[in-house]
Amino acid sequence: MLLLPAEQTRYQKHLLLPQIGLEGQLKLKNAKVLVVGAGGLGCPVLLYLAAAGVGKIGIIDGDVVDLTNLQRQVIYKIEDIGISKAVVAVSRLKSLNDNIDYETINSKLKKENAEPIIGSYDIVVDCTDNFTTRYLINDFCVKLGKPYVYGAIHQFEGQVSVFNFKDKDGTPGPTYRCLFPEQPSEAEIPNCSDIGVLGILPGALGMYQANEVVKMITGIGKVLSGELLMLDLLENTSQKIKVKRRANAEELIFPVAGKDESAFDLERSIMKTITVYELAEKLENKDDILIVDVRNHDEYETCHLEEALLIPMNTIPNNIKHIPKDKPVVVHCHHGIRSANVIQFLEQNHEYQNLYNLTGGIDAWAREIDEEMMRY
Amino acid sequence: MTKYKVSLFGITKDIIGSSSTEVELTDQSDVNALVENLKTKFPQLSEIKSLLVAVNSEYADLGLVLSEKDEIALIPPVSGG
Repeated sequence: MLLLPAEQTRYQKHLLLPQIGLEGQLKLKNAKVLVVGAGGLGCPVLLYLAAAGVGKIGIIDGDVVDLTNLQRQVIYKIEDIGISKAVVAVSRLKSLNDNIDYETINSKLKKENAEPIIGSYDIVVDCTDNFTTRYLINDFCVKLGKPYVYGAIHQFEGQVSVFNFKDKDGTPGPTYRCLFPEQPSEAEIPNCSDIGVLGILPGALGMYQANEVVKMITGIGKVLSGELLMLDLLENTSQKIKVKRRANAEELIFPVAGKDESAFDLERSIMKTITVYELAEKLENKDDILIVDVRNHDEYETCHLEEALLIPMNTIPNNIKHIPKDKPVVVHCHHGIRSANVIQFLEQNHEYQNLYNLTGGIDAWAREIDEEMMRY
Repeated sequence: MTKYKVSLFGITKDIIGSSSTEVELTDQSDVNALVENLKTKFPQLSEIKSLLVAVNSEYADLGLVLSEKDEIALIPPVSGG
């Protein structure tokens, strides 16, 4: 494979670097990189990998663009709101570099599709925003022997590392489960959507991720394997924590008896639920029940049930004492996902047996029971 | 007794309400004793299933015995992206 004349011009500044040069640029052109998540971290990663000339870039994201994304997801525009992120991202990247082969995957990464998708790439970049997908990426990358670049953010601080990376001798480095063996529930560690994040933070972290990808492909510098880099943008501090691969790293993946996704699916399927009609009947009969709303304050202001007690999801661990065990408690959120996570957390960690998830959340209530209620 | 300074990250910073904290333990205490002490003082820490402790910028096993000038950090997993 050679560089086209237009590519020689486009990548001139790389070609001038003795550490990259023609050989390195051809390695980039031959590389296949999968970016999971086209959000805060994914945007800078995608822009810089496309600009750098990575030959094939896969973009997987099942979400659509919304207005709250534009504070940090810098490739999207106002007119993209409501459109698939993967589709918009590819169209934006094509206008930056059309010498690249893009694969658009407008879906979530799931157990069912992960193996063929990850299997067809050399390197994976974890730009997701939830633990379920993070552990899924780890487990499939370990299974398939793929290195991956991890990035994660919390308010003003972030973590970056390269996991499952084989060094020159073929010795694999640590995995995500070597640091954090067990998948946390979404209730124990809050997410950006609940607690906020400085818009610049994913930009800064994403650049580190893209940089590790380019270093791995071209073989320059020291790859961030065996170390967790932590950055704090408020204090401008950074530190690296040395981590070793656990001898049983391969046995830790896809835990069966644990509280991971596989077990969670089962538990969610046996979770007690209540429909909006059943709830309306209980309220009319003045049954002795408690309704707990686990959405955030802004959502509560938009619309709420008069009878509901507001305990935002990330404050649940602090408010266990306000959730009784001696009468039925109906837990609800917007659509029923966060409330299911809260119920799972309370059942597993605090032995609750009296919790009911409101199917379809308050949105179903507004649709089916109270047409005057504001929907969002 | 020995006083240890612990730097906090992510949600542990929010739970304890500061970017660092001090823990006083008997001499020759290990990482596990430090974590248990913090969990007693801040029960919310017990909710975090996987909590990484670093000593002198290195992943530390629970059995590692601490010494006075060790730099200790409590690092939780982070999910945002």
